[in-house]
Formats: sequence, structure tokens, C-alpha cells
Amino acid sequence: MSDDWLYNVSITPLSVLAQGAGLVLDFSRIRENIPFILQGVPVTLSFSIVSALFGFTWGTVLSIFKISNILPLKLLADLYTSIFRGTPLILQLALIYFATPQLTGITPTPFQAAVVTFSLNSAAYSSETIRGGIMAVDRGQREAAMTLGVKYPTMMWDIVLPQAFKNILPALVNESIALLKDSALVSTVGALDLMRRGQVVAAEKFIFFEPLMIVAVIYYVLVMGLTFVAQQLERRMRKSD
Amino acid sequence: MIRTEFLCKSFGNLKVLNDISTEIRKGEVVAILGPSGCGKSTLLRCLNLLETPTRGRVYINDVEITNPKTDVNKVRQNMGMVFQHFNLFPHMTVLQNVTYGPIKVKQMPKGQAQELGMAQLHVVGLDEKADVYPSRLSGGQKQRVAIARALAMQPGVMLFDEPTSALDPEMVKEVLAVMKGLVNSGMTMAIVTHEMGFAREVADRILFLEGGGIAEDAPPSVFFTAPKSERAQQFLEKVL
Ligand SMILES: Nc1ncnc2c1ncn2[C@@H]1O[C@H](COP(=O)(O)OP(=O)(O)OP(=O)(O)O)[C@@H](O)[C@H]1O
Ligand SMILES: [Mg+2]
Repeated sequence: MSDDWLYNVSITPLSVLAQGAGLVLDFSRIRENIPFILQGVPVTLSFSIVSALFGFTWGTVLSIFKISNILPLKLLADLYTSIFRGTPLILQLALIYFATPQLTGITPTPFQAAVVTFSLNSAAYSSETIRGGIMAVDRGQREAAMTLGVKYPTMMWDIVLPQAFKNILPALVNESIALLKDSALVSTVGALDLMRRGQVVAAEKFIFFEPLMIVAVIYYVLVMGLTFVAQQLERRMRKSD
Repeated sequence: MIRTEFLCKSFGNLKVLNDISTEIRKGEVVAILGPSGCGKSTLLRCLNLLETPTRGRVYINDVEITNPKTDVNKVRQNMGMVFQHFNLFPHMTVLQNVTYGPIKVKQMPKGQAQELGMAQLHVVGLDEKADVYPSRLSGGQKQRVAIARALAMQPGVMLFDEPTSALDPEMVKEVLAVMKGLVNSGMTMAIVTHEMGFAREVADRILFLEGGGIAEDAPPSVFFTAPKSERAQQFLEKVL
């Protein structure tokens, strides 16, 4: 059985764009590079998952600062959010990757620098989502816990946050999807993620369309997978309401 | 048991409570009545500091809880509260709702808490619903679970804020029956209610709230037959 059809796709209509020359996509030329590209999947995924976990955890802490009545904490969290939302992600990444050694003498790996940047960044965004989720939990829930004599942190952990996260789960999955796509930026500091691997193959073989197409398809499949998960979660939650 | 001295509460410019000084003695059942918006809920919620009084003092067993040094959580353990909208924890089963306070606040061993919880569920007649989630219960059942949850903390006083107002008429009875059982057991109770018949039957005293103050403080026999204030007369004309 041959799966040559996978590698040899001839797209005639596009030939017009290729200035009259017949544009022929020849995936067989990078067939040997496909395993190399595929190894980027666990890199991109683990990167996204670790960043999301750290980001949502730190985001939860920030959201609790935001709803606290301790003014300095509130201001700090608001300032933090506005800085990370008000500057380009790629700039934040460059700062953390290139400036950390200069400031601290510690040289992070591209992966480490990227995880730190993306965690800090997604915390800024998710803290707003989580804050909204907390505010949406009925005030009576808090009052019921308070009248039992439950201390604030316990009440937050046992009563408020579980309900808040249940409500915003689809939103958090969407943020994870954004994170997964944005993770392609780590290629700019040299981490060998999916995107970077596509570029490496392209540079090696002097062909661009095929490796980048493959990478695009992989991203698309990953994002669609997450989207499907989000839809299922949303459907199940609507049922339980 | 509970004493307020010149208790005042404002929301911004809105003065809701004005110099409320009263007392609820141990074992006493006090019904708080009054027109909508007169501050009944606010008064009740000031007693366990769900609302912070603007001025004045509240004493529970001679401890001033309005003193910032008082550990409010400690005081609240001794004061059960039942809300109009039940406020059960939806992500916990009925038994988990009831045992949550004893386990988390009193550090009671789980087994012992479950025994206690089942006993409280038995009191409100819901033993067989222990492992069900609140969303599966009727309104009346939810409110009975809420009462069991409060009782599981073994409080010295119970506060009720319109416990039957959100219920269909046929469910009001079952909740009132549970409350009557509590009255008979000698529980100290403060009840905000629109159930005049019930207030008349179980209360030792009626507090009639009007215009931010106590317009009438009398036993039900007096309040319902010969109210002194004109406001109370008008109120009774409307509701009876
Ligand atoms: N958190 C709040 N912020 C602002 N105003 C409030 C707040 N809580 C209550 N009020 C106002 O205080 C007044 C008294 O409210 P309260 O809930 O104590 O009345 P109530 O006697 O319990 O009425 P009802 O019979 O309708 O429950 C009302 O005018 C209400 O709008
Ligand atoms: Mg009220």
C-alpha cells in the first residue's frame, strides 16, 4: 500500500499565483523530516500545559488579590494585569529570555524562559476570567459558609472556587487554545517546538510550503481537539444545570 | 443570650436601622415582623455580623461581637442561620452539606460527623436523602437540609430569615413543622417571617419593626389583638 497521495499533491489552481510556473507541492521531499516535526508535538503540548497550569494557579492568586479589600494587593494585581496586557507577548518573551542572564546571572533554557513568560502572561488574562467566575458565585454561598464559622481561605477553597471554576471551565479551555497557538512564539528564542521544527526543515531543504503546511495541519488538529473538549464540557454543564 | 445596644445600620445614605436596643433571652422565641424593606433581614444579619453595624453594640452571651478583637468565626459557630434561598452547597451531597461545618470548623472526625449528620437529617425527616445532591430536592426538602446543616453545628441560637418565603404553599407546612419541633426542644430562636399564624402560635415575643426602629415589642396575644401603634394596626389589617 502506498500513501504517496499524502505527499504528492498537485494543486493546479494555485499555479496562477506562482507566476505561470506550475506549482507542485511535493511532500515526499520532506518525508524523512516528518518524524522530526512530529517530535515537536510533545514539546508544544507540554509547554502549553505547564504554562496553563502555572498561569491559572497564579491567575487564581491574582484574582483573589483583586477581590480582596486590601488596597495594595488590589492595586498590585491590577497593575500587573495592565502591564502584561499592555505590551506584546513577544517582547515579554525577549525580555525574560535575554534580560534575565544580564540581571541575575542565571541563563534560562529557551523552554524555561518561555514557560515563565507564558505563565506570567496567561495569569494576567485568566485572573480576569477567574475573578468574573468568583463574582458570579451566589453571595448566599459565601454567607452560608460564613455563618458556619468557616474561615475565609477555607471558604474560598472549598465553596467558592469549585463553583467558580465549574462556571468558567469553557472559558479557560478557550484560553488554553489561545495559549497553544501563541506558543509558536517560543520558536523566536530557539525552543524546538512544532513551529521551530517546521522552520528548521524549511531552511535545511529550501522548501517552505510543505513543512509549514504540515505544521499548520498539526496545530489545527490540536486546536480542534481542544475545541471539541470545550464543547463537550459546555454541553455536560448545561445538562447538569 | 443576644443583646443589642443602640444598633444602627446605614447603606450609604439610606438609614435602615436606628438605635435598636433589645434582648433575646435564652430559650426565647422571638418573631420579627414588619413591612417589606423595613430592615428585618438587616437586623438579623447584624446579629451574626453578616452586616457590619454602622454604630452600636451587639453582645452574644455577654461577649461584645462588635468589638474588632472578638473572633467572629468562633461566635458564628454558636449561631445557626437559615436563609430564604437555602444556600445549600450545590457541589456537595446532602450529608456532605450537613457534615461540612463540624468537620471543617470543629475538626470533628469524619465518622463522628457523619453520625451526627445522619442524626440531624433524621430530625428533619430526610435520612433517605443523605447521598443525594441538593439539585434533586424540592424546595421544602432543601430548607430542611439547610436547617439540619445549621443544627449540626449544635448552636445555642438559630436565626431564620423568611425560611418559608421561597416555598410553594404545600411545602411551607413541612418546614414549619420542623421549626415547631425546634421550638419545643427549647432552642433560642429569632425568626423573620410573614407567616402570621405561625408567629402567633410559637413566638414568645413579637418585635414589630417600622421606620428603622422597634415600633412594638409585645407577646403575640397582645400584639395580634391590641397593637398599640397605629403602624402595627395598619400592618395587621393588611396581612390578616
Ligand atoms: N447590601 C445592601 N446595600 C444597599 N441597600 C441595602 C442592602 N441590603 C438592604 N438594603 C436596603 O435596606 C432596606 C432594608 O432591607 P432589608 O432586606 O433588611 O428589609 P426586609 O425588612 O428584610 O425586607 P423584606 O421583607 O423584603 O425581606 C431596604 O430598603 C433595602 O433596599
Ligand atoms: Mg428580608
